[in-house]
Amino acid sequence: MTPSVPPTGNGPLGKREARLAWLLLFPTIISVSIVVLLPLIAIFWISFKPIGLEDLRPPETVVREQLLGRPSADGDVATIRYRLRNSSQKKPVEDVTLSDTLPDGLVIVSLDERCVLNGLVFVCTLGDFEGGQRETVEVTVTVGRIFLDSSINLSDTPAVVTGTSENILTNSEFTLENFVRFFNGQEFWSVLFATLFYTIVGTIGAVVVGLFAALLLNNDFKGKGLIRGLYLFPYVAPVIAVAFSWVTLLDPFSGSLNALLVQMRVVESPINFFGQRPLALIMVTIFEIWRYFPLSFLFILARMQSIDTDMYEAADIDGASPFQKFWYLSLPMLLGILSVLFLLRFIWTFNKFDDIFLLTGGSAGTRTLTVNVYEQAFAISNIGAGAAVAVVIFGFLLAFSIFFLKFISREEGL
Amino acid sequence: MRKVRNGYLIAAIIGCFWAFTIAVIIAVLMSFSTGESFRPSFLVSFLQGIATGLTTLFYRNKPILSVGLAVISIIFCSLGFGSILIDETVSFSTQAFASVLFAIFTAWPLIIILNSLSPGDVDKHDFEDAVIKFLTGFGYIFFTTIVVIPFYVMLMTSLKNQQELLQNPLDFSIDLSKGMNLFRSYFELFGQFGFGSYLWTSFYVSVITVVITLAFSIPGAYAVARLRFKGRTAFGRSVLVIYMVPMIVLALPIYIAFSMTGLRNTVTGIVMIYPVTTIPVALYMLQGYFRGLPYEVEEAGLMDGLSRRAVIWKITLPLALPAIASVSLYVFMIAWNEFLLAFMLLDDPSKFTLTRGVSSLNSSEVPRQHLMAGAVIATLPIMVIFLSLERFMTNGLTAGSVKG
Repeated sequence: MTPSVPPTGNGPLGKREARLAWLLLFPTIISVSIVVLLPLIAIFWISFKPIGLEDLRPPETVVREQLLGRPSADGDVATIRYRLRNSSQKKPVEDVTLSDTLPDGLVIVSLDERCVLNGLVFVCTLGDFEGGQRETVEVTVTVGRIFLDSSINLSDTPAVVTGTSENILTNSEFTLENFVRFFNGQEFWSVLFATLFYTIVGTIGAVVVGLFAALLLNNDFKGKGLIRGLYLFPYVAPVIAVAFSWVTLLDPFSGSLNALLVQMRVVESPINFFGQRPLALIMVTIFEIWRYFPLSFLFILARMQSIDTDMYEAADIDGASPFQKFWYLSLPMLLGILSVLFLLRFIWTFNKFDDIFLLTGGSAGTRTLTVNVYEQAFAISNIGAGAAVAVVIFGFLLAFSIFFLKFISREEGL
Repeated sequence: MRKVRNGYLIAAIIGCFWAFTIAVIIAVLMSFSTGESFRPSFLVSFLQGIATGLTTLFYRNKPILSVGLAVISIIFCSLGFGSILIDETVSFSTQAFASVLFAIFTAWPLIIILNSLSPGDVDKHDFEDAVIKFLTGFGYIFFTTIVVIPFYVMLMTSLKNQQELLQNPLDFSIDLSKGMNLFRSYFELFGQFGFGSYLWTSFYVSVITVVITLAFSIPGAYAVARLRFKGRTAFGRSVLVIYMVPMIVLALPIYIAFSMTGLRNTVTGIVMIYPVTTIPVALYMLQGYFRGLPYEVEEAGLMDGLSRRAVIWKITLPLALPAIASVSLYVFMIAWNEFLLAFMLLDDPSKFTLTRGVSSLNSSEVPRQHLMAGAVIATLPIMVIFLSLERFMTNGLTAGSVKG
């Protein structure tokens, strides 16, 4: 008799289960890859492209049609003028053609030499347009009664222009210039410093302040739920609302805090909190701590309340003082959640964009990497450079994530 | 170290710190509520605190001590050196009121804080007990102040007009005689700025986001939590990683793609993009909940001949209903508060969401009180939902709040 062993491999039931699993995951996988993975690939692609905001629309030839000569009677001669212009100042448009159908009642007398009449339609072959090139095509017509009587406008039969142009997004032109410029630029070090300061100080601050708040709320008393709800306000409220209230509160001209400080004789004259060089960075970091301490306190409080009380009773009998209990019992028990929290908050603070953007717009030394993406892409209109910064952020993020996953699988067995 | 644990010394130190904290807080409160010029006196409040602290070591009757300190404070105040200083313009009754507040909030809590101390040497426990009580009291004051003040300023500024704001930025008193005029900024926002439509857009965008997110993430979460298949761990991890990709990195290509396909400036585009940003977090939260549910019930269902889909529909979902409520609230909050995508993708005022609408008020041409009124309008609904469903919301935050 052979010893019984558990079955190996996938049986038909197992296969069915796996099939069902993939079926259930299918919508998520599809949607997430479309909105996350595709853009990620796109951002890598764009970061190697010399592309600006204005290049998003490929160059094309635009045409304006005008009837000259003010024809008023049957048989009058008039001129239709087509003005063509290359919309791009730099990029050429090749093999431009113009074609138009004239409305009833207009009879063509003479055509531009580049054009051929083909029944009611005429087609002009205009060749290549350089960047910013303009051309004029004129057609002489006699005006008939039908046209004058009817309310037809020339624009009712719009002229059709065709042409081929190179789309910078899809051609094979690549450059490393976006990266070179970013790493060599003077602002690189200041951006890196702002990012690191904001991330590290902000994260540690939020976790430590959250720890204090959690210690505070770890006692049972009446109205605890209310206080806990109140302390969550900064996190729950829309960032746009709280950021603007901070700006209003700290305004150097009409801000209440400055008025208060001056009145209490703490300072001589109002402080421009979000406009001075080291102070602005400190203020956005304080805002970050203020806004996210609720989150860490919620986490820590949940963990605290799951700690066994027996331990504290034992410590009481052994004569431990409150500080000793905190230092030798609570803190080691909280170390796991504190480090998970630190890592998560670190990554999220690193990724933060809205807060700084709304508070200072990245001025006065508060331009972090994420704000820099926006600055490059939209303020300077250099999409390629913005994408390069985004790629750098993604690189950092990947490194953090690998570290985090290694760590969290140890901590939580995920 | 022994000398530090002298009862007199500790009582004096804690007393002066406490009194000073109270003096500052009362000065701020009085300034904010009356608009008059109050400021704390460092020296006087320190001395009064020390005196009170030392007195509590011998005498612990709360009402009598409070009244005693109040009388002393008023006398000091009338002599011109109260613990809370004010300009001559302020009436004596207001001064006296501030002094009485100061006395009560100094003496009463100090007796509780210094309860464990006694004259002469104290042991380590009593010393730490007093310090912890002091820190607790200080902590409540500190946290409540920093949390409340920005919201208070937001609300009160929205009820003012330009002239009042410039005249005295500290004056947050409400002039009730203005009647409905108090809410002028709100009327103008809803009337001229179209905030009614922004509110509606934000609401339905958020609701649609919640519905789509749940429709996608419930099956996904169930698969990850319950079914065995190759690559389950890898999938769970990649969900976490995707969840951490910053929005600003994705926003740029999305902007380009939307510009090219004409989805920019449409609510459809927003509704397409929002759920995808929330699906990973919802999936992560829900699979945690599903794992916590007893599998035996589902197995029993399977044994009795239910199909997998029927098990999910009839057993798992009803059991996970509180969790789904939490996730829905959390997703609703994310969608309601979302700013970056709305800011980048919407330019047409008729399609603004609320956050985009508020950010459009941030210009030098629009007065401050309008901006603050917009902020209040954006905050109020989420606060009402939050406070009324606090339990679900807190659960949702705790489970899912790897996100910022």
